[in-house]
Amino acid sequence: MSGAVTVCDVTAQAVEGITDGATVLIGGFGMAGMPVALIDALIEQGATDLTVVSNNAGNGETGLAALLARGRVRKVVCSYPRQVDSWVFDDLYRTGRIELEVVPQGTLAERMRAAGAGIGGFFCPTGAGTPLAEGKEIREIDGRSYVLELPIHGDVALISAHRADRAGNLVYRKTARNFGPVMASAAATAVVQVRELVEVGEIDPEIVVTPGIYVDRVVVA
Amino acid sequence: MSAGATRTKDDIAAAIARDIPTGSYVNLGIGQPTLVADHLRPGSGVVLHTENGMLGMGPAAVGHEVDADLINAGKLPVTELPGAAYFHQADSFAMMRGGHLDVCVLGAFQVSASGDLANWHTGAPDAIPAVGGAMDLAIGAKQVFVMMTLFAKDGSPKLVPACTYPLTGLGCVSRVYTDVATFEVGPHGARLLALFGITRVELAARLGLDLG
Repeated sequence: MSGAVTVCDVTAQAVEGITDGATVLIGGFGMAGMPVALIDALIEQGATDLTVVSNNAGNGETGLAALLARGRVRKVVCSYPRQVDSWVFDDLYRTGRIELEVVPQGTLAERMRAAGAGIGGFFCPTGAGTPLAEGKEIREIDGRSYVLELPIHGDVALISAHRADRAGNLVYRKTARNFGPVMASAAATAVVQVRELVEVGEIDPEIVVTPGIYVDRVVVA
Repeated sequence: MSAGATRTKDDIAAAIARDIPTGSYVNLGIGQPTLVADHLRPGSGVVLHTENGMLGMGPAAVGHEVDADLINAGKLPVTELPGAAYFHQADSFAMMRGGHLDVCVLGAFQVSASGDLANWHTGAPDAIPAVGGAMDLAIGAKQVFVMMTLFAKDGSPKLVPACTYPLTGLGCVSRVYTDVATFEVGPHGARLLALFGITRVELAARLGLDLG
């Protein structure tokens, strides 16, 4: 999607058009920065057979865990599914009802950064010599082993930010920034829930973290 | 090299804190390594990095300080210190892989004498694999210190000739701090630096390693 940012009145409008089988990048590290209102809207919207890319695989019963519990997700690509409160994912995985691709956290972020930056792949030292590099091309560069990692493109990103202006410029808050900027850049359509929407000109351009060019839809939630 | 009592977790954390150079940028892994923060001396100038996107992390948040937007890698509420900075995930791991962190302290299932690390997966068939930032930290920081008990609950050594658990990183660990000994590990094998509550002969026999 290109051009002007759509400011949505309701979250249902923000998740319109997400299709079955879509790859959905979902922000957040644990619950910090998780776009819970957008995920709830996606559950209502009904898209299924999704591939979800997120750092974790849901916490407790809300947010991503609620989407998983509805059986809408075919595959999770994440760095750290297993947590004290990831019982929804754990049960799906142990009963063979969900696929899992584990990616080192930095590689997960960089693969999305690469997608957003037009990079076709990169050689990364992380994981060389470990089971997570199996089946991947290995290249020796200056005596060190690197693993070829490919970009992760999203059909849609669902992220959360602290404040947006009507041009889609985003400011985050503290560690809730986490995956927001790279996911916004890596998806064909970036959807952002914000706590506060302000007029154009009300965010100091020097502190914009995600420029509006990466953002397609904004909703206050 | 004295052989008094074995070390508690706090003793180990204090020993690691003493060995972290003044002014270092440091990442403390989830779990026991977080104890190291309690033992950094005032004025150490150590800046803590948390991989979810922050430098200048302060102590655990309590009461009104708790803020859902401000958590550490273990997803626990923390505080920010003056001079703190926030950044996104790609930047956080770029500074890690790019060799900008001086020290990271990690737990381990096994470390090999040559410095291989296994700390993310037991390989058990029913275990759900979860790696988080462990692999990036292992190969990124200039020095990787491991904090662990030297023997597993079944008595088997965790410092081994070669790791049998799935690897996190190759040749990445520089020091291993345990309840009964501290070691330097690397291309030339394991070298004993300190002993606690065990003799060198007994330790060598239990480990089956040449201790340099």
